[in-house]
Amino acid sequence: MREVDIAVVGAGPAGLAATLACGESGAATLLVDYMDAPGGQLIKQTHKFFGSERQFAGTRGIQIPAIFMDRLSKMPNVALMWGANASGYYADSGVLTLEDGSKFVKVKAKRVIIATGAAEKPLAFENNDLPGVYGAGAVQTLMNVHGVKPGDRVLMVGSGNIGLIVSYQLIQAGVEVVALVEAAGCIGGYLVHAAKLRRAGVPILTSHTVVRALGEETVRGAVVAQVDQSWQVIPGSEREVACDVICLAVGLTPLVDMMWQAGCEMKYVPALGGHVPVRDENMRASNPAVYVAGDSGGVEEASSAMISGEIAGISAATSLGFEVKEADARLSRLKADLTAIRSGPTGEKICAGIKCATVCGGEW
Amino acid sequence: MAGREKTADGSIVICRCEDITLSEIRDLIAQGYHTIDEIKRVSRAGMGPCQGRTCRQLIARELAAALGVPIEQVEMPTFRPPSRPVLLSTIARGEADE
Repeated sequence: MREVDIAVVGAGPAGLAATLACGESGAATLLVDYMDAPGGQLIKQTHKFFGSERQFAGTRGIQIPAIFMDRLSKMPNVALMWGANASGYYADSGVLTLEDGSKFVKVKAKRVIIATGAAEKPLAFENNDLPGVYGAGAVQTLMNVHGVKPGDRVLMVGSGNIGLIVSYQLIQAGVEVVALVEAAGCIGGYLVHAAKLRRAGVPILTSHTVVRALGEETVRGAVVAQVDQSWQVIPGSEREVACDVICLAVGLTPLVDMMWQAGCEMKYVPALGGHVPVRDENMRASNPAVYVAGDSGGVEEASSAMISGEIAGISAATSLGFEVKEADARLSRLKADLTAIRSGPTGEKICAGIKCATVCGGEW
Repeated sequence: MAGREKTADGSIVICRCEDITLSEIRDLIAQGYHTIDEIKRVSRAGMGPCQGRTCRQLIARELAAALGVPIEQVEMPTFRPPSRPVLLSTIARGEADE
């Protein structure tokens, strides 16, 4: 059995930032990811980041993993494992089980940082299993990682930033976005992204949903309809749209399987996407060996994931007695950065959700 | 479970891995299966390769609506390793030599 001070599960923005902080402290750190390369969702984020310079504003998401890897690869106390599937955490022994190819590996870690990200939410509508119904993540992977067009005419469902950004990227790839439907009365993402779509002539239909996919073997169209304030379809408002792709971007839900396995106290917080671990302000879960970072602690975006990852990394390392230079000052600055990122109307909801998921008084 | 029905609910897939439709889930709830775990055991919903990532929340929503409770009161199933698909041969071989 391999032994480490800290194991980080997931090499997306949160896991990379957490590993860097752990590595700098001198802790023996292992970063594992089931993909063959680091980055998580960053590998398909071809757009430039907003926010502050400390979170790589102006840099494209796809460039960020290399910036982390450049530093991590020089740290002798940091080990990296790609293509390794972390499938279990045993709270009684602090053992993480991994499948590295066909090898079964056990890792005993004094602390684990769970940075497993989030999964796309499903949508129940008629014929939702027809080929041509995609999640937005899959569409983004096809286009931005593999250079494959998912189809020629896309109906986008959901107007959060993912739905808006992927729609624009589809247009850039020469794909027609026939319409974007959003069940809520207003768009969910940033106006700047929606404005680009409107300038490109894409109809944004708020208070609309997809009722049915049309087609026998593959998607040939969709029936969309208007919904009332309780999300019920208004009879008679149905109409057909011709398309060969229905792309679902209806939100994400945290991937928290390992935190359930770890016996962490969990809470259902809709503003954060579903069940999340209750944590203190330093991202420690109710199981004191477990820290959470990034979307697996509540769905936000990559900038805040990097910050919460760094907080979790610093906290996990100092909890084991490793020295992090000016840890308190860095933690205060990071928490201030999070507050700044969470400003605005969307941020207000996130803040309320975080408050709900944070243990009373801010510490265990 | 029986083959696909031609009704609207029969063409709404809830568990993609095990091919279980909304009408099948609603039937089970009507028969008195009132937790995600019970529905899982009787139908296999959530036991496929994705381990319930898709269907769990949809079934939770159906249960909440049918039982008239908020979704946070729908009991979550027990989460056990492995949370991702693993070949049995990998585990059977035991831990790799370091």
